[in-house]
Formats: sequence, structure tokens, C-alpha cells
Amino acid sequence: MIRVLTGNHSVAYAALLSNVEVISAYPITPQTQIVEKLAEFVETGQLKAKYVRVESEHSAMAVCIGASSAGARTFTATSSHGLLYMSEMVYWASAARLPIVMPVVCRTLGPPWNIWNEHTDFLLVRDYGWVQFFAESNQELLDTVVQAYRIAEDERVLLPVMVGLDAFTLSHISEPVDVPEMDLVKKFLPPRSNIPYVLDPSKPFTFGNLAYPSHHMALKFMHHTSMENVIKVVSEVDNEWNKIFGRSYGILDKFMFDDARVVILTIGSSAGDAKEAAKYLRKRGVDAGVLRLRLTNPFPAKEISNILSNVEAVAVVDRNLSPGNGGIILEKVRSSLYSSKNRPFIKGYLAGLGGKDITVKDYVKIFEKTLESYKKGDSGTEWFNLNLEVTNL
Amino acid sequence: MIYEIRFHGRGGQGAVTAAELLVKAAVTEGKWGQSFPFFGAERRGAPVTAYARISEEKHFIHSPITEPNIVVVLDKKILDVVDVTDGLKEDGTLIINSSRSFPKESLKKFRTCIVDATKIAVSLGLSVAGWVIVNTAMLGAIIKAVPIVTIESVMNAIRNNWSGRIGAINAEAARRAYEEASFL
Repeated sequence: MIRVLTGNHSVAYAALLSNVEVISAYPITPQTQIVEKLAEFVETGQLKAKYVRVESEHSAMAVCIGASSAGARTFTATSSHGLLYMSEMVYWASAARLPIVMPVVCRTLGPPWNIWNEHTDFLLVRDYGWVQFFAESNQELLDTVVQAYRIAEDERVLLPVMVGLDAFTLSHISEPVDVPEMDLVKKFLPPRSNIPYVLDPSKPFTFGNLAYPSHHMALKFMHHTSMENVIKVVSEVDNEWNKIFGRSYGILDKFMFDDARVVILTIGSSAGDAKEAAKYLRKRGVDAGVLRLRLTNPFPAKEISNILSNVEAVAVVDRNLSPGNGGIILEKVRSSLYSSKNRPFIKGYLAGLGGKDITVKDYVKIFEKTLESYKKGDSGTEWFNLNLEVTNL
Repeated sequence: MIYEIRFHGRGGQGAVTAAELLVKAAVTEGKWGQSFPFFGAERRGAPVTAYARISEEKHFIHSPITEPNIVVVLDKKILDVVDVTDGLKEDGTLIINSSRSFPKESLKKFRTCIVDATKIAVSLGLSVAGWVIVNTAMLGAIIKAVPIVTIESVMNAIRNNWSGRIGAINAEAARRAYEEASFL
């Protein structure tokens, strides 16, 4: 059924379709609508889940850890400072191998206080051992959250999954979304099975207790190798989704890519504006294309290295900042290409920090600037549309 | 062709809902649409904006609308505090909730359509906590000025949004405004 849904409500419908059993969350702008809608689903009986109210994000994730350890399909959502406040428990959840799914509405970290879009919050937790997706549209968001449970609960993975979405430019935009039939989703996503790492009184086992270094290292190795299985599992799950629902997204989203000479590489809803810029430039004889990372962790380094080998120039647009180092995705892309024989020219852009708009016209400029820089061999990072005069400092 | 529409209203008047209803109407015709509020802190009574993008084909844009081709003003007093024509395309259309006397000479260079949405809403008893709700009437006027979708689709979208009497009188407000709206 086609519904007009905001990004936040698309997430709530995905949780409904996934038949989550325990929800615990703390409200924060711009995520609040997700848990409000889920509270409504629970209140009206559409969703038979236990909704646990808590006093903070740290406790929300602690509840999720408890519920997931007991075998329940568990959901929470957060944003920005909420994510940082719960971060101790975020790390715990993945190391405890709990298949929790958590959408993160990506919002700038303060100070100065800011509610708008930036990806620094999401990328700060890239080394927390979670699988991380980032969505471009509301449809992809709904589909990815449901897929996330299949991936998280797959016995080759058994890890929590985070799904990033842009504050406001996706969370609050209403778009047509094809909401799948519950019966079809049930076939795709059966109830969570009694898999390892679930507490079972008939088979007593210890989790999370003091472990000696050799045990610890063995468990880390297992976590790491499970993460290495993720790309394969994501592809399988996406193919199966395509067979049932006729939509597929892949690991990397390639747009006008195959014969492109200059490519913008980025994440999130803004990649759509880059695609419109590529369409515009194609009509004017520029071989422009877009590569959007849908799976951001584990970072698809090999896949990126393979497909960028035929591209001449790449612009990596980072809506995040590691102060003193620059864009986090730029760094990842550069290191992915280190051992590649055919490395493209790469230029970095820090753009849209604190929710500053990046329009289709801006992306046209970025394509053009990248081609110019390519001719000059200037591969530094540019602060795009920076205006220093506004600060009075 | 992508119609880019900006609504100016006051917090609580229903500008965001109007934008979303227009998208719902477009979707029933197999079109593609998006609607979104201004991304900031909103307060009841303060000037607010909402946006809608309607097109025949799906597009990928998610950035805000800065150069609309249609501007809709739910409260004409906003004309004194906000430049509603900011970024409006030269061949753009303005739709203003106003009685016959036209509020501002400077707006006349645009294709301008007026409708007394307040009168229509009051006559149908459309008010919440003392606020006259003009959003559904304004939708009728928009369709009269620019046939983005049919008035029937708008009325259906309204009736699907609110069941029973509320849906019926809001749909009636849209229909009346569609009939009464006129170009300057």
C-alpha cells in the first residue's frame, strides 16, 4: 500500500512490520516522532510489544541489552547527544553479540546547540562493532530497517545494526512509500530463533563476566570475523528482498556510474541532489556519476577499490568532521585505495556541516571544481561554501 | 516539470498539513511528491513555512526549496513581516488568502490569485480553539490557479485524512475556494 510517510514514520512502520517485541527509547529532536508513532502502535494494540519508558538513552540501551539477551526482538532509536550519552551501552551491545536494531537520526553535536543535519554523531561510533547503513530515501529506510533484523539475527553475523538517516532532510520529509504487506514480511523475517548468546535457564551459561585476556582475544576475533561476513549476508538478504518486494539497494548505490569520468562519493539523502546534478551535467556533455555508500560499516573497502579503478576523478563529500584530520569518509576511501594499481584522483569536500544546505547547484559546482582541481593536480580538502565572517571572532 | 510550492502561514494554521495533503492528492494520480516543514523551532502563532514538490516522475532531490514557482499565503498579515516573494520565479504564481481589497501593490508583478479562505472557513465552522483553519480552503484555490492535480483528488485526499463530518466540511471548503478564487 502506498502511503505518504515522513522518514521517521517510515522507520516506525518498519518496526511494526518487523514485529519488534521490546522497545525502549528516550525522546530527542529530530527522532521523537519515531518513538511517538511506535507508542501509538503499542497503545492501539497494532503492535504487541513491551514499551519500556526510561530516564535516559543510556538506560534505553541497557533495557535493549537485557531484552535482547532474553531473546526478544528489540528496537530503539536516537540521535546526536542521545547517541553519545548511551555510547558505553552501544559498545556493550555489539560485544555481547545482541541483534538490536537502532535507527539514528543524524544531527549535529553541540556546542553551539544545533538540531540540524550532520553525520559526525553516526561516524563517531564506526568502531563500536555495529553494522551501519545509511539511507537515501524513505522507501529505502523502511526496507533497510526490516532487512536490518534479518542481517542482525543471521547466525553468521549476530551483531546489532544501526540505520542512519538525515535529520529533517529525511526524518521530516514526507514521500510516497510502498508499505509491504505484513504477511509477506513475516515470510521474509521469521520470529527470532533461539540462537547463541541468548539466556536460557535450562542451559546455564555466563555472559559479560570477568574474562581472562586469552578469552577476550578469542571473542574479539570472533566479532571481527562475523563482521567480515556482513557484506555477503547483506547482499543475500537484499537479493531475497528484491525477489519478494521488487526493490534492491546493494552495498554501493551506483548512479550513471559505469562510464563516468568524474564521480561524487557521499552518503545519505543528499546523494539524491548529487544525482540530479549528474543528470544536469550529462546533458551538457560531462561524464558525471554518483557513488553512494549504503553500507558504511564494515566499510566496503574492496568493493570501492574495485569499482573506482576506472574513474579519473572522485569528489568525496563529507558532512562530518574529525577536527584536524578532515572528513572521515575521505580518510576511509583513501586508505581503501592504497594498494590499488589504478588509483583515481581524489578531492575532499567538507560540506553541509551543522545542517548548511547542499543544493543541486552546489553539487554541479563540486563536479566542476573537481575537474578543475584534477587538471591542476590539487588534491587537498576544500571547506565548501565556508563563510568565516559570520562568527565575529 | 517540478512544481515547487512554498506555504506561508502561522504556527497552528495547518500549512504543513496542507503541503502534505497536496502530496497525498498527487500520489493518488500516480504522481510523485514530497512535503516538508521549515526545519526549525516552531511556535503557535509565529510565521512558519512549509513546502511541497510535485512532479510527474520520481526525482531524487532532498534539499530545500529556494526558488518556488508557487507561493501560498494563508494569512495576509504575514505580508507585512515576511518577504513572501523571496526567490519566487518571475513567471511564478502567488495565491493569497484575502478579501477583495488587495493587500499590496508590489505583489502585482506576479500572477496573483486571491480567495477569501477565512470567510469560507468561518461559514463552515472550521476553527480549532478559536483559530480559523484555512488550509483546506487554500488547497482549492491553489488548484484553481495552477492545475497541479484535480480538485476531486484534493477533496478525496482531505476525506481520506479525516473521516466523517470533519473530512466532509474540509473538502467542501476546498471546493468552494476552488470556485471562488479569482485572478487579479
